[in-house]
Amino acid sequence: MSDIQADITAQSRTGEAGFGDYVQLLKPRVMSLVVFTALVGLMVAPVSLHPIEALAAIIFIALGGGASGALNMWWDADIDRVMKRTAKRPVPAGTVQAGEALALGLALSGISVVMLGLATNLLAAGLLAFTIFFYAVVYTMWLKRSTPQNIVIGGAAGAFPPMIGWAAATGSISLESVLMFMLIFMWTPPHFWALALFMNSDYSKAKVPMLTVTHGRKVTRTHILVYTIALAPVAVGAAFTSIGGPIYLAVSLLLNALFLLGAWRIWRRPEEAAEADKYAVERRFFALSLAYLFGHFAAFMIEAMPFADTVSAALGWGF
Amino acid sequence: MHREHELHNRRWGRNLGVALTLAAFIALVFGLTIAKVQRGDSMQAADHTYRSGLDPATRAPVEPVE
Repeated sequence: MSDIQADITAQSRTGEAGFGDYVQLLKPRVMSLVVFTALVGLMVAPVSLHPIEALAAIIFIALGGGASGALNMWWDADIDRVMKRTAKRPVPAGTVQAGEALALGLALSGISVVMLGLATNLLAAGLLAFTIFFYAVVYTMWLKRSTPQNIVIGGAAGAFPPMIGWAAATGSISLESVLMFMLIFMWTPPHFWALALFMNSDYSKAKVPMLTVTHGRKVTRTHILVYTIALAPVAVGAAFTSIGGPIYLAVSLLLNALFLLGAWRIWRRPEEAAEADKYAVERRFFALSLAYLFGHFAAFMIEAMPFADTVSAALGWGF
Repeated sequence: MHREHELHNRRWGRNLGVALTLAAFIALVFGLTIAKVQRGDSMQAADHTYRSGLDPATRAPVEPVE
């Protein structure tokens, strides 16, 4: 290969991004969770939307979530570069310029909020705008680098999608949508702290004040247990509202028992034992946390199906 | 045979991605418009001129579409 060809190849790798690089800016894995929880919020609502309106609502909620992801990658490029888990993201990897991430984030924020407002209602659009602001400004720019409680408060941003889905259908906020919000809000700390236990060196290098860095692993283990205990009544309590039922109750009791058992195992575990098996228990708990959230929202969805009413009636469910 | 440079392939992929995204967006807005019109939503808004269609005194009741 000539010098000129080598130069063109090098420039092309760093100078021009492919379509997939821009998609990566929107954090597609986080978007899939946003889509799923927003879809459940929309489907369990007592008011049904026209299928095209529902599709548009889900797409624009997902796009809003993606926009906040792009803004997060623009602002956090310096720490993403240091952390092994995030070093290959488009901005630290050099495939997308930081300014492009900012422009894409701002443009998609505007488009998603305006279009959600036009497709559904102003409350849903307002909640989406607040979610983007909360994730990009309150969490990313402020809390993440300043307090070990960053993910506790910042977790609210990830908890809004089912509430937005509910608001898109009903035009209001209710106990049910608040409970779906609380379920994700209370679930976020144990989920991320379990991750931080086995990815601690990443956060230390990037000087992100995760609880594991500022207060140590023992305190983090205790926090995981406390939040898991506080989460259980919220999750189980939702069974006794209009979006719950006997199927949800059974799923929730099982998942909470497993989650509490996992948190208790993490709490009583000495650090030496965790290092010896490369944090196997913490990794299992992290995987379980994903199944926990998916299971609860899938159960909400099942309860919204017609046959669930038959089951409730057969069991004499009176809530 | 002329072989395309990797840069051109990437540029083509990006242009195709943008084109498909825009086409999907147009289709979605078109679908939304049809859904809202079929349901009889108000398609007019105040624009500082008199619109008889917005005047409750002159507006005929909207018949639901079968």
